Amino acid sequence: MTIVRHELRRGRAALAVWTLSIGGLLAVCVFLFPEIKGEMDAVGNVFASMGSFTAAFGMDRLDFGAFLGFYAVECGNVLGLGGALFAALLGGNALSKEERDGTAEFLLTHPVSRARVATEKLAAVLAQIAAMSLVILGLALLSAWAIGEEIPWRVLLLMHLAYFLLQVELAGICFGISAFLRRGGTGTGLGLAALLYVLNLIANMTGQVEFLKYITPFGYCEGADIVANGVLNAGRVAMGMVFAVVGVAAAYVRYCGKDIR
Amino acid sequence: MYAIETRDLTKFYGKARGIRQVSLTVERGECFGFIGPNGAGKSTTIRTLLGLIRPSGGTAEVLGLEIGRDREKILARVGYLPSEAVFWPGMRVREVLELSAGLRRRDCRKEADRLCERLRLDPSRRVDQLSFGSRKKAAIVCALQHEPELLILDEPTGGLDPLMQREFFAILRERNRDGATVFLSSHILSEVQHHCSRAAILREGRVIACGSVEDLARTSARRVSFRGRAGVEALGGVRDLRVSEEGADFLYSGGVRELLAVLAAGDIRDLSISEPDLEEIFLHYYQEGGERT
Repeated sequence: MTIVRHELRRGRAALAVWTLSIGGLLAVCVFLFPEIKGEMDAVGNVFASMGSFTAAFGMDRLDFGAFLGFYAVECGNVLGLGGALFAALLGGNALSKEERDGTAEFLLTHPVSRARVATEKLAAVLAQIAAMSLVILGLALLSAWAIGEEIPWRVLLLMHLAYFLLQVELAGICFGISAFLRRGGTGTGLGLAALLYVLNLIANMTGQVEFLKYITPFGYCEGADIVANGVLNAGRVAMGMVFAVVGVAAAYVRYCGKDIR
Repeated sequence: MYAIETRDLTKFYGKARGIRQVSLTVERGECFGFIGPNGAGKSTTIRTLLGLIRPSGGTAEVLGLEIGRDREKILARVGYLPSEAVFWPGMRVREVLELSAGLRRRDCRKEADRLCERLRLDPSRRVDQLSFGSRKKAAIVCALQHEPELLILDEPTGGLDPLMQREFFAILRERNRDGATVFLSSHILSEVQHHCSRAAILREGRVIACGSVEDLARTSARRVSFRGRAGVEALGGVRDLRVSEEGADFLYSGGVRELLAVLAAGDIRDLSISEPDLEEIFLHYYQEGGERT
């Protein structure tokens, strides 16, 4: 647990900044809802008539004037993208940062197996993702309660569960990538998260590339689908978890055998 | 059983040479010097012994344990001082020492306090505010605080002032007296000559000489410079002779009496006889016929 504690201590400032930024922004959006709800008659037509843009964000299938529809779109953009970037950042730097910063030599000349280093670093990444998800869920529930909206527990919890799984998947994939890198973990992670986000927008805009929803984790986080079905798409989630496991397995194989310079 | 034993240890980074067929033995309890200029392969050898990199060929054992397979067991009994200590910015020295002890699952606070006091290192300082020398001190405490059986030191005195160097070598001598083996890698010949009983010289990834420090020093040449005139051209064992109007400068590997006789017969106003630098030592070994182990 020494490395877990060390990693959590090293990452606490970034965790606090990202959690408060995403949670705060999400809460601000929720606080804006009562005002938007009042203007929905005029605004609704505008949102519904933006063609592909409307479809890209799932607004063609959601009632933006209802709290759940509004939350699904806002949550997708703020928590979805923000959480994905943070998870990619954590995973992408987890192993590579030690070599980049020159601290790998210190860590790996102690009697700790490489597998244990990787395991504790992965545990620290997952712990930070879980902590961020819980605080953001708490902030979302508090802000919904504060504006007097009835909380749609099942769908709201499913949405947050989906985004937690998205973060786990991205962190797992980027964790794998970070074992192959000596530097550049941040750029690679953020780039991958942005790419997967855009792939989902493309899949929303045209049904011809529906298969992309099985590749990008944003596919099983689609608010419109969760609101309509009341469940997560098990196939897409399973595919995503396979990607995560492959990423983590690749990290172990590579990290346990690589030369540390 | 040796503290360190390598047989034909080889490491290539792709096509680039790291070390080639390094074979050496370090007895338990001895202080062994590992000499070579920058880029000779000293750090590559050490990093291979510590399991940071995998050898391309050959085998090695540390404290009777096989590198790679027994990596954690070896590291539990070894203290390693890197040539350049890097820590996580923002941490305090005390936290770094606790992290090191935590990774070893040992309580080393007493010994850490003792070493900090001797090296005049303030454990409450932040590591990113430390000078290069003070960072080196922190790394020394990390390497010594768990009282290891084998100390592997890579350019240990870089950044330390002369007083601290003296204190550091005093600590090493105490540890060595208590039974610890010291493997001292350095490009400073005098450091190895003063503190080690045996040494190996590494050049371009190969061990070109290995033996007692006395033997190595005895066969090594001296750099002689003088102002004035003397018939040194006739002396045997003179190389790299540069004569100017002021005097002469040359590398000498002949007998001391012959040299003094020639100098005494000449007109000498000033004389300096010093250790040649390491490159000259290597030149000496090569001109004498190459490898000598």
